Amino acid sequence: MNTENKPHLMLHLLRARSIARRYMVTNGFDGALTVLGMVTGFYISGMTDLSVALSACMGATIALFISGISSAYLSEKAERKKELHDLEQALVTDLKQSDYGEASRYLPILVALVNGFSPFILSLLILTPLFWAQWFNELPFSPFLGSIAVAMVCIFILGVFLGKISQTFWLWSGLRTLLIAIVTVAAVLFIDSAI
Amino acid sequence: MATIRRLVLDVLKPHQPNAIAFASTLADLSPDYWVNLDVTEVDEKTETTVITIEGNDIHFEDLSAAIEKMGGSIHSIDEVEVIGSEQA
Repeated sequence: MNTENKPHLMLHLLRARSIARRYMVTNGFDGALTVLGMVTGFYISGMTDLSVALSACMGATIALFISGISSAYLSEKAERKKELHDLEQALVTDLKQSDYGEASRYLPILVALVNGFSPFILSLLILTPLFWAQWFNELPFSPFLGSIAVAMVCIFILGVFLGKISQTFWLWSGLRTLLIAIVTVAAVLFIDSAI
Repeated sequence: MATIRRLVLDVLKPHQPNAIAFASTLADLSPDYWVNLDVTEVDEKTETTVITIEGNDIHFEDLSAAIEKMGGSIHSIDEVEVIGSEQA
């Protein structure tokens, strides 16, 4: 006889995918725009020392990773705890050993990992041209320009992903997020010229 | 030892898993279980249900564990039909 109702736990976890998706896009977007801003700043300031730029960008990437994991874990944990407590009050029973209890323990971890790794992976992708130029070969173009281009592509893909979720035209959704990236670059250029 | 052939339980459960998934999980506990779930009241977070289980040898502990695992709580055993070991 099987009393291990794992499918129900999976249902709880699957129900959290919209939360994880939201965190992935929000923090991924944060990470991509942060690194895009930094790389643009390095490019227009005429930075030639790639190791300095890489150290600064990696510092921001690691900070985004840790901030993403810890903030999502703490906020989700608190939300799930309250939800479980409310349900326990309604059912007048202890749900810690139930699927609800297990889900309230696993979900914050799952969501925190998504929230931490999405900006981390996107930032590493954006920094690929810088790593390449630093470790392997000189690129025929500025590695900063390469990173800016990769960032634009990543942000466009995030927009396409959002378009797929909302079932709107993917190209329009992608172009909308791309426009935000262009505005960011323009703002960095403007502020740099004012300094 | 007497065997349980029929049980009627008053169970308070959360909305999820829904009635179909809840009853199916209980029915899957044994190939000969026949389960009827009647939702008698729906509140904001909970549903009051009357669950009837029929089978050749119902294991109450397994049923109780499965119900608790899904977040339900047994309020009362409303009906029970048992058969003595001599007759079984």
